[in-house]
Amino acid sequence: MRYLPLTDADRSAMLTKIGASSIDDLFVDVPQEARLSGPIEGLPLHASEMAVEAHMRRLSKKNLAAADAPFFLGAGAYRHHVPATVDHVIQRGEFLTAYTPYQPEIAQGTLQMLFEFQSQVARLYGCAVANASMYDGSTGCWEAVAMAARVTKRKRVVLSGALHPHYAEVVRTMAKFTDDEIADALPSLQGTPDNASLIARIDEETSCVVVQYPDILGRIPDLAVIAEAAHDKGALLIAVNTEPVALGAIKAPGELGADIVVGEGQAIGVGLQFGGPYLGLFAVRDPKHVRQMPGRLCGETVDAEGKRGFVLTLSTREQHIRREKATSNICTNSGLCALAFSVHMTLLGEEGLRRLASWNHALASKAADRLAQVPGVRVLNDSFFNEFTLVIDGDAREIVRKLADDGILAGVSLGRLYPAEDALKGGLLVAVTETTTEEDIETLASALQEALA
Amino acid sequence: MNAPNKSGWKPEMTAAADGMHSGPRTVTGNRALMLEEPLIFELAGTDTTGVDLPEIEGGANRLGGMERTAPIGLPGLSEPETVRHYTRLSRQNYAIDLGLFPLGSCTMKHNPRLNEKVARMPGFADVHPLQPVSTVRGALEVINELAFWLIDLTGMHGVAMSPKAGAHGELCGILCIRAALEARGDPREVILVPESAHGTNPATAAFAGYRVENIPANADGRVDLEALKARLGPDVAAVMITNPNTCGLFERDMKAISDAVHAAGGFVYCDGANFNAIVGKVRPGDLGVDAMHINLHKTFSTPHGGGGPGSGPVVLSEALSPYGPLPFTARTADGVVHLVEEENAAEFDHTQAFGRMTAFHGQMGMFTRALAYILSHGADGLRQVAEDAVLNANYILRSVEDLLEAPFGKSGPCMHEALFSDAGFSEGLSTLDLAKSLVDEGYHPMTMYFPLVVHGAMLVEPTETESKAGLDQFIAALRSVAERARAGDASMKQAPYYAPRRRLDETLAARRPVLAWSDPDSA
Repeated sequence: MRYLPLTDADRSAMLTKIGASSIDDLFVDVPQEARLSGPIEGLPLHASEMAVEAHMRRLSKKNLAAADAPFFLGAGAYRHHVPATVDHVIQRGEFLTAYTPYQPEIAQGTLQMLFEFQSQVARLYGCAVANASMYDGSTGCWEAVAMAARVTKRKRVVLSGALHPHYAEVVRTMAKFTDDEIADALPSLQGTPDNASLIARIDEETSCVVVQYPDILGRIPDLAVIAEAAHDKGALLIAVNTEPVALGAIKAPGELGADIVVGEGQAIGVGLQFGGPYLGLFAVRDPKHVRQMPGRLCGETVDAEGKRGFVLTLSTREQHIRREKATSNICTNSGLCALAFSVHMTLLGEEGLRRLASWNHALASKAADRLAQVPGVRVLNDSFFNEFTLVIDGDAREIVRKLADDGILAGVSLGRLYPAEDALKGGLLVAVTETTTEEDIETLASALQEALA
Repeated sequence: MNAPNKSGWKPEMTAAADGMHSGPRTVTGNRALMLEEPLIFELAGTDTTGVDLPEIEGGANRLGGMERTAPIGLPGLSEPETVRHYTRLSRQNYAIDLGLFPLGSCTMKHNPRLNEKVARMPGFADVHPLQPVSTVRGALEVINELAFWLIDLTGMHGVAMSPKAGAHGELCGILCIRAALEARGDPREVILVPESAHGTNPATAAFAGYRVENIPANADGRVDLEALKARLGPDVAAVMITNPNTCGLFERDMKAISDAVHAAGGFVYCDGANFNAIVGKVRPGDLGVDAMHINLHKTFSTPHGGGGPGSGPVVLSEALSPYGPLPFTARTADGVVHLVEEENAAEFDHTQAFGRMTAFHGQMGMFTRALAYILSHGADGLRQVAEDAVLNANYILRSVEDLLEAPFGKSGPCMHEALFSDAGFSEGLSTLDLAKSLVDEGYHPMTMYFPLVVHGAMLVEPTETESKAGLDQFIAALRSVAERARAGDASMKQAPYYAPRRRLDETLAARRPVLAWSDPDSA
């Protein structure tokens, strides 16, 4: 077995040293009736590297990779070009095969990277402090809701109707067990987000308002108006961002008054990966909220010789110290995805991010204009960044399935996201990034036209 | 693997090299290959970039009046500068690729490179979670095939694949228990957790709305069955047991514990962090467990990545399976693997799901790696994994117990990890000093001060991927630092001497938190 270095001679010498006559002597505490006498029946035995690789390749080939099709999916996961350097760095064994940096003297590589990552995220979000990552955007969203309850000592949560429905479902699921009361709504198919009705739902019992920016339909709400209304009632504004590239073009949520900013960082450096592992980003605008934050934090300090160094800090918030009184039960987070994000962001820099964002926006605008010419299709959005909603005369989900059979990945239908809502079934979310070509846009336009004819 | 090579060469430690300042000071602060590295914010400004992107002239603006006007402050480095920055940083890290990493309960085993290659196949890495299912059949098959293995290896009934890490899996299991209790109109308030449990256990129980009470341990480091039985009652929703436990011992009474908990109407949650000790040897399902998370990044070798990502599928008993979260996969008789979500759950007779734990389907990138690992070992190899892991731990236990006090060593063998205490250390020297001295010997220290039930605990888990020669060298190092601790070698208080940093001031970091970089010019 290629991953096991011990030889039979080693094993017998070691048993002698231990004073055991066989390996079974070491399992003596396992009751005899629970011990399996041999390999579990019905399962295959060990296999060579070549055989395993062939099996996995066969399964891989049953999937249509995004690169092999005109591709327009978004809705919380975006396809961007990831520079080769990113994958090289995250495969360095010193990053890949390290543990959480509990021994800081021999983990400065990971710790300095986390400090840089936290600084990049805080700046991108317009916040004071970001943590060292959460599992993904959806779980980070729930953690933000739970944090808002701790800060405000209130239990009523107002979700925008245009929050990603899976994020809303995670919040609803968790709230069932924490007795938070959730006020949610469905998105209305309007060109501009309905801030007025959202604001009308905020009251003196509200702990937080959760607003996606840009929202699930791709529209860009004015967070400043919502922040002011929330703050008037003593509630926090949680801004959720699922496309960090957008923040190269639009204002930072913290700058607009969001108190907690959470999001999905997958679009930068991480890749699609069928939904995971992804990267939860989590930041607070006001440093006084730091001690209520979930997750790990890396901070600067000095060593015994006065040299700058970094450590995990403020861990009295965390489960390994506070146990049942911790701010969260999170332990392992998304360290290597944070590294991928940070390397990609370091390559981009502000200039690169700005250019990338304006390229995405320009291509998406071009696509919106072209698709609007298709008979039976209209573009819903008054505002968008790189994703917008088409409203189609017909069942968009059926059309997406049909186009997939023709090798075109047309987008995410609202029917997929809200299967129970007939009023939304004409909606189709179309995302356009720098990986989309003008030929792809033309292919989609023609295919839609044909499907609707 | 940290073993001396056959020529017998080893580095000479001369008197001159012993004192850190005996050589000349360098203007760079570097010491040959030990290279100092500034922060990215100190290396570059915001007008440079390492990516070639077009400047869009007079581009569209449909941003609804929200266009950014303020600068962000993100530095950009060219590709060569970026590669060098991160390569230099990487060299300040210890890693399993560099040597034995004996963190107890963390299972730092070799991460096979085939798994990395497989995870990067375009059909897995470049697939969107919301693609029509007709275009992701292979991805669903991977999830289903791994689920099949996990169910069979644990002797359980079902598995929830979506939890993102061990603690998320714990939460999933406890929420299944709560849903099952509520479904029978018997909501309960208390979860019992042993003092030796991982901190995530009580944190999870509290997060799920339960009150946490301790289960007492007996003198040989295991759950006190009689005390547990005495505490059970109509208010106890579940007990959370780690087996093998964090003292490195198998809970001999596990079946009796399960029977007692079930008789009192509660459920048994097992923390599967230590599954590596028993995979292929014992099935938790045979011991009455109702739910157990499996850390794919421990037992099934997916890399820890400096703190994640993990993956924490939860295997469930027949009683709990109906409450497992969405989405999941199901194979029908025709061999097709389906994605079961809110809309088609009824078709698959799964109408009592407690909800959704995360946006998408779980850690696909970890599933591919774990499946490649499992297929490589097979049913026979996984059994050998557990045996070698337990053998290696006992070899360390019996090779150092004359110098390091093993509080439960007398009562029998350990499982995959060996627990020691600081009894016998000279006055003034601590577990921390021993750990930092091990750093100088070129090793990552063991888990320190955990479990809480042993004074100055040191929990050593070598895993099965260490050679005997590698273990012998580690034992020599461990014996040396143990002897120094017993002898009162005061120099240990200042260790490490040879790491990229000397001891770091953690108190200062917490008292005056600096959690993001700020430009000194703007301060």
